[in-house]
Parts: sequence; structure tokens; C-alpha cells
Amino acid sequence: MVAFFGNKRRRGPARLENQDRGILVFENTSEVIRAENSLKSRGWKVRVMGPPPEIRSGCDLVIEFPLIEELNILRTLREVDVCPLQVVPVTSPLLQPVDLFQAKDFGRYLMVRAANMKLTVDKETQRIVNISGGGCPDVPYLAREMVGRSLDETPSPAQIGHTLCGYALQLAYEEMKRRCSQW
Amino acid sequence: MLAVVGTVPERNFPLVAGEVLLKGERIEVREQVVPVNRGTPALLAAAVKAGEVLGLSPPFAYLVGDIGLGDGSRRLYEHLVQDLPRSHCSFIAFHYLQPDVDWHSKVLFSVEAMNPRPVLIADAGFMYAAKMSGQAEAYELFTPDAGELAFLADEEAPHPFYTRGFILHEEHRVSDLIARAYEHKNASRYLLVKGSKDHVASRGGIHAVIHSPVDEALEAVGGTGDTLTGIVSVLMASGMETLEAAVLALRINRLAGHYAKPSPASHVMELIAHIPRAMEEILKEKA
Repeated sequence: MVAFFGNKRRRGPARLENQDRGILVFENTSEVIRAENSLKSRGWKVRVMGPPPEIRSGCDLVIEFPLIEELNILRTLREVDVCPLQVVPVTSPLLQPVDLFQAKDFGRYLMVRAANMKLTVDKETQRIVNISGGGCPDVPYLAREMVGRSLDETPSPAQIGHTLCGYALQLAYEEMKRRCSQW
Repeated sequence: MLAVVGTVPERNFPLVAGEVLLKGERIEVREQVVPVNRGTPALLAAAVKAGEVLGLSPPFAYLVGDIGLGDGSRRLYEHLVQDLPRSHCSFIAFHYLQPDVDWHSKVLFSVEAMNPRPVLIADAGFMYAAKMSGQAEAYELFTPDAGELAFLADEEAPHPFYTRGFILHEEHRVSDLIARAYEHKNASRYLLVKGSKDHVASRGGIHAVIHSPVDEALEAVGGTGDTLTGIVSVLMASGMETLEAAVLALRINRLAGHYAKPSPASHVMELIAHIPRAMEEILKEKA
């Protein structure tokens, strides 16, 4: 009995139970069905549901999905040519991806940070020399694939990443390319 | 005994559980070898080096391959749920794992079944899951960097990627972010916040600020936060109080980085090689 109540106390507030889920909003129901079929056939745990009141666009059905894997899921949907109108967290549908970048100039090297991800390049060669930050398992993988390559040669995080950390790195990568194109 | 739970960036790396060996620039667990570049292998390499200075056994590692698809992490979670209640580790450091609220809760439930209950440390993806699940207070120590602290401080954000702009704007006001993280119960008992100035804090406020030696290039070097988590985990497992362990680990990691004469293009193994020298120096000062 003690263990039962102990476990109950440990559970977070109900609001937090869907914290790792996201919502895909589509133009119409046929897109929802196509997207659901594509994602389920690839093994993702998704479900169709009604939209939360904060969502004011799209049809009257949305797809709930594992938010962490947003980058991978969007890539899959692009492959089958179904693009969502919006992608938002279940618990706070008004949240937006980060759009603030911090840059640090080390002289020869430039570092750009987006959210929890940092990308550093050698300004002379535009070669990626380091990737740091992040916590999802694709970060060490992305670092292994990208460090040592130039910005033009490297596969982008959007191509080979899978998670929201990969997505943040994609934003840092795009911002770095934008800055480098101005030199 | 210290156990470390994490992933390596190789899809076919099997699930292994065993003592860690450091051989040159590679770690080995149950004859499975992986290079140390960043992530959990960097944490483990630093922990081995730190443990050698203190005369401790190498850490016990639970490792699996995962490149971000989450498949490896989920297999490891399942293994932990079965294995932890039989385990005798007294400290567990959770690291690069696919954040998953359901699995996090199951693993924590297994931890609660352990007797005695181990002390929990979380960094990287597992720290995200702990915050997301509303169970941050079950942890003794989180080790966020500036971007991750903003995420802990934002009670709405499910991941650092969705941290709200007005909170990110406050990033230089570390004390406010720490207070906000505690106010919404999104922080562990102690926080070790990495940055240009490092902070050690608890609900009672900031206990220490460490800002020297200064080597700004270290911020760009992938894996320097992982080495810090490795060092502090070993110090805590040696019996040191968390607050003291956090302060000493920050000083040791900074000094090892300083001895490596880093540039933004440096490799974390260059820092790891200097951990024994830095650690001996800092511990001698303390004595």
C-alpha cells in the first residue's frame, strides 16, 4: 500500500503526461489519413485526435506524435508529399521553435548557437571544427558525420538528424551558412 | 559503485552492461569498443581517469547504440527496468538517451524499488525527460548549460528547442533562471550550471561561482560538458558531499581544459588527458 501511494506521489501533474507529444495540423482530412498511414506503416506511435482550442487553422482532425522525433517525422512526410500546416507541442500549442541565435567570434573561428546546440566553423576554410551541446542521441552521430567537412560538403542535420536537438542544430547550421555567405 | 547509462552513435552497437576500460582514445565494455569523441564515451573516459586518481574501480556502464531513432534507447530503458532492482549501484548518472516520458517514469519506478535507493545524476536527454515528466526533484544533480537552464526555467517548454524567447533573453541573468526553475519544481536538489561563469546552486540560492581559469574556446569544444559530468559523478561516488563535489569538478574540468591549451577546433580527448594532473592539483589545494 505504501509503495502504491509512493508511486502515485511520484507521478507528475496530468498536464505533464503529454509533454513529449506533438501535434501535426493539416489542411484537410485526406492529408491526415495519408500522413497517419505513412507514419504508422513506418512504426511510429501516432494517433488521430481533435485539435486543441488554440489551433485555429487546418481541418478538424490532427495527428499526435512523439515530439522529440519531429525532424525525422517531417522528413518522412516530405517523402510522401504531405506537409503539415503547423507542428506544435501538445501541452502548449502556441509555443514556437527558437528563433534567437547567439554568435561568438573567436577570431579565426565563429560559433553559432541555437537553443541548446552550438556549431563552430573555421572562417578561412568554412570547415566545421566542432559541434557541442544537445542531449538527444543523434547529436554525437551528427558531430561524427559533420565535423571536418565544409559547410557546402556536409550532410545537413535536416538530412541525417532525427530529433529536436538535430532540428536546433539545423537552425544553427542555416544561420552559420547565412552569416558565411555575407563574407 | 557508480553506474553510467547512455548511448553511442553507432546503430549496430549492442546493448552491453559491464565495467569500463579506457584504452588509448577508446573505451571498451564487454569487448565492445568505441572511440572517445564526445557524448557518453567522453563522460566514461573522464570518469575512468578521475577514478584512477582516487583509487576507485572503473564505472559500470549501461550502453547501447542509438543515432537518434530512439530504438536503442528504448531497448536500454527496458533492460534497466528489469535489471536495476537487482543492481547494487549507489550512484547512477543518466546521460545521452532519447527523451521519453513514459520510459523515464518506468525507470524511475525501478530505481525507487532499489534498496538502498541510489543517488541520481542526470545530464543531456535524460535530464530533458526528467523535467518533462515533472519529476526533476527525484534527482540529486542536473548539469545544464546556459541553453538547457533556460529550458528548465521555462515551465511550458517540452524541449530546449521550444524555449520561449522572453526566457532565452534572460540568459545572462542566471540567478533569475535558477530561481524560476526551482519555483516550478523543474530542478534537481543541486544544479551545476555550465557557462562562461559556472554556478552551483540549490533551492536556497547560488552557493558558488567559478570563473577561472578562463579559456573561452572550451565552450565550442564538444564533450567538455560530458567530461564535467563524469568527474562530478566520480567525486560524488567517492563519498564527497554534492556541493563540494560540484565545485571541485568545475575547477578540475576548467584546469584540465586550460592545460590542454584549447582552440575552438580542439578535441575533447586533449582535455581528458590532463584530468589526472588537474585533479591532483585541485585535491592537493583542498587538503
